[in-house]
Amino acid sequence: MPDQAQLLPGTLDLLILKAVSLGPLHGYGILLRIGQISGSALLIEQGALYPALFRLVRQGLLKASWGTSENNRRAKFYELTAAGRKRFREETEDWNRLAAAIGAALAAQAEEA
Amino acid sequence: MSALAWLRSVGAKIFRGSETAEEMDEELRSHIQYRADDLERSGVSRAEAERRARIEFGGYEKIRQESHEALGGNFIETLLLDLRYSLRVLRKSPGFVVAAIATLALAIGANAVVFGIMDGLVLRPLNVPQAESLWGTEYGADSGFQSYLNYRDLRDRNHSFDGLAAFNFAFVGLDTGKEPVIATGFATTGNYFDELRIQPYLGRFFHSSDERGPGSAPYLVLSYAYWHSHFQDDRGVIGRTVQVNKHPFTVIGIAPPGFRGTLLFASIDFFMPIVNQEQVGGTSLNERGNFHEIFETFGHLKPGVTAAQAVADMRTVGAYLEQNYPKEFDQQSSTLGRTGLTSFGSAVRAFMTALMLLAGLILLAACANLGSLFAARAADRSREVALRLALGSSRKRILRQLLTEAVLISLVGGTAGLLGSIVLLRRLSVWQPFPGAPIHLPVTPDAKIYVVALILALVSAFLFGIVPVRQVLRVNPYEVVKAGSSAKVGRRLSFRDVLLVLQIAICAVLVTSSMVAVRGLLRSLHGNFGFEPRNTMIVNTNMSMAGYRGDEMPAMQKRMVAAMQTIPGVERVGLVNNYPPLVYASASRANVFKEETSDLRPSNTAAMPYRYEVSPGYFGAAGTALLAGRDFSWHDDKNAPVTAMANRNLAVAMFGSVSEAVGKYFKLQDGTRVQVVGVVENGKYLSLTEDEQPAVFFSFLQSPASQTCLVVRSRRDPQQLLAAIKGKLREMDSGLPSDIQSWNALLEVVLFPARMATMALGVMGLMGAMLSITGIFGMAAYSVSKRLRELGIRIALGAQRKEVLQAALGRAVKMLALGSAAGLVLGILASRVLASIVYGATPRDPVVLAGVVVAMALLGLIATWLPAQRALSLDPLVLLREE
Repeated sequence: MPDQAQLLPGTLDLLILKAVSLGPLHGYGILLRIGQISGSALLIEQGALYPALFRLVRQGLLKASWGTSENNRRAKFYELTAAGRKRFREETEDWNRLAAAIGAALAAQAEEA
Repeated sequence: MSALAWLRSVGAKIFRGSETAEEMDEELRSHIQYRADDLERSGVSRAEAERRARIEFGGYEKIRQESHEALGGNFIETLLLDLRYSLRVLRKSPGFVVAAIATLALAIGANAVVFGIMDGLVLRPLNVPQAESLWGTEYGADSGFQSYLNYRDLRDRNHSFDGLAAFNFAFVGLDTGKEPVIATGFATTGNYFDELRIQPYLGRFFHSSDERGPGSAPYLVLSYAYWHSHFQDDRGVIGRTVQVNKHPFTVIGIAPPGFRGTLLFASIDFFMPIVNQEQVGGTSLNERGNFHEIFETFGHLKPGVTAAQAVADMRTVGAYLEQNYPKEFDQQSSTLGRTGLTSFGSAVRAFMTALMLLAGLILLAACANLGSLFAARAADRSREVALRLALGSSRKRILRQLLTEAVLISLVGGTAGLLGSIVLLRRLSVWQPFPGAPIHLPVTPDAKIYVVALILALVSAFLFGIVPVRQVLRVNPYEVVKAGSSAKVGRRLSFRDVLLVLQIAICAVLVTSSMVAVRGLLRSLHGNFGFEPRNTMIVNTNMSMAGYRGDEMPAMQKRMVAAMQTIPGVERVGLVNNYPPLVYASASRANVFKEETSDLRPSNTAAMPYRYEVSPGYFGAAGTALLAGRDFSWHDDKNAPVTAMANRNLAVAMFGSVSEAVGKYFKLQDGTRVQVVGVVENGKYLSLTEDEQPAVFFSFLQSPASQTCLVVRSRRDPQQLLAAIKGKLREMDSGLPSDIQSWNALLEVVLFPARMATMALGVMGLMGAMLSITGIFGMAAYSVSKRLRELGIRIALGAQRKEVLQAALGRAVKMLALGSAAGLVLGILASRVLASIVYGATPRDPVVLAGVVVAMALLGLIATWLPAQRALSLDPLVLLREE
């Protein structure tokens, strides 16, 4: 797959929160959703998703429940908790500020003296 | 947190842990399946799709581990890891493991055994309903309530008890149609079973309504055990008539299986109404001054009445009795105690508490021992710990693993100790220490012991497991990895040294007290009893068991004495009513007044000597020396004036000296003037630990009794006379049951507490000694192995053997000396307690002091022998080259 970018450290959690904020998903679904909304531009090692998911559950940002998927497989579905929603908003704002700042910094031209 | 809550939380963790682990696996696998489904749809074969899905997923094990950690670690998984690692580590040092497990097995086993006995005797209430409100009046010469009339007054005049029942021992000949056998039972008041609130297993019990005067209730209730062993569970026994001392009694019921009578350490064959006691040859119930009619009075307190209020109530009744019967009644202290142990209660409790304390000390010493071993191991493993820390392990994980090792060892040790103790307790519960006496220990190993052993194992694991914690927390990985394992040996006193000194001190206490006890026992075995128990048989018969009455009894007893004398090999024969001195701790006292005293109330007594009735020739047969005057003769009978013989103590107390006493008079409670015709040497009467006691002897012809003991002294081993004695008795009356034992065998009963104490202390002392050896050995071996290089250099530089030894073992020896000295002092203090149990136990005994010092030195020598050899055989060249 060409042109895929490595994830910055710490951004996987944010992407998971984003993916789940659009509706409950199981693990593989989250991966597909991230691929879909990022236009397959991000490289995520599939297995690495799970430690991150469990960590978020333990932090109380996600909650999980067993259900049946569209093709009748038993699967564990994740959705945002209230705390997760709040954290998602904060982290999105932080990220946007950071991205804007870094973007602005990188866009700056040499001032004409 | 309580042990139960702790277990529950652990259980929950384990349960939740395995659940999430399974769920996680399912989730990860389903992910791979989804991916494979997608790949398959894009046109790859299923097998290929699954292969690719697995590759894309990444390292499955690694992700699983990371996921576990993300979940906050998994208890059971980590535990299994720790266990596996601990097993691997422990397998590398089998010597250490075996020593540790054996130490703990012994220490925990000792605790479990002592706890088991304590549980049976002290902690567990009597096996009857509402035992917690059941109280007994303390029995003994000090309590004024132990005659039947006094019991009746107390029962009817108190306001504190729901009701009061009482019992006495009854030793009878029981004839069920075969040969009469001696059986032990309780003669009880009619309300006995009703006050205990128990129901019969079969048939019925007798009640107060059955008591209609002396001899009115010839009923027998058998104990379950006796019914089982003597009647083979025959239900037809109810209603059958049996002969009790030749009197017909009807068996009316069987007591429930769990009920063995209201005396914990006795096993009772039957129960009979006390109103029939006199009929079968027991004491009369109509003498207020006779304190031997009731063994214990007990009852349930009324709801809301405290023990203190009940005691006050009892004293009020006592004051009433004292006022109305000044001659017969002298109120002394009256107290309440737990039913089941009567006056033995406080002694048993004190002894068991002391034993439990000692066992606890053993465990503590074992923990100190293992703690220092663990600390030494942790120090040796500091490099490993440092490496693990450097590789990213947390200190918490490392401590957890060390603790797992400790728990593992202590659980294995605890299990071994528990199994051993259960075997021992099972043996104790069927053990009959004395063939003639119905004594047994009510120990039944149950769940409580398992719990106690488990708790002890866990507690000791934490005790010795936390010793190395500080060490691990202090480890600086960079320093240790850089410096290598030859870390410096501290000069200052470390925590480990303190532990060792403590342990040695504890062991020295145990060694000291066991030596004090052994010395005391030896001394009491070879002391002067005032009679010579060797080569003497005691023939115990009860005339009423064969139906003799009144004057027939002394006549038959006189014939028996004469018959014994005709047996070849027999030297002398005498006779004593009831039991001879020191047998079954049974003796009665007489109130003796000066001749000039006219007001014969108890407070005016001049002396309260032990009272015996003996035959002419008894002193010769018993080996008691006649100091002055004459022995009784066969003419000192009912037609002659009452005469007595005194022992030296009584003679001196009453008349000033032995020679003064002969020919003088004293008065008895009933006013009889008695002339002293002879004086004999002092002796021991009730117990070996008693001080010199006064004793007075009367002629048995002047106060006949049905139960007597013949004292048969022979030149040869008296056991050989057994058959001849039995033959003679059968010749005279085949229906007279007898119990024949050597006097020495009967003394076992008196020596029993001392023997038990000595045995228990001996075992504990031995364990203490073993612990000291392993402790010192561990410390010495460790310090030698740590300083191999330094010692090598010293030798290379020309150090002498003495200097090498001093360098290698000086510390261990110093600690041994310090610990022993402290332990010796403590042991001497503790031995004061011992003096009350073991006759002649005194710590101010040069032999004991020297013995302890020699023993501890020997222990030190044994323990340091191997390390010293190792230090001396060092080859500096090899050693320096290796480093």
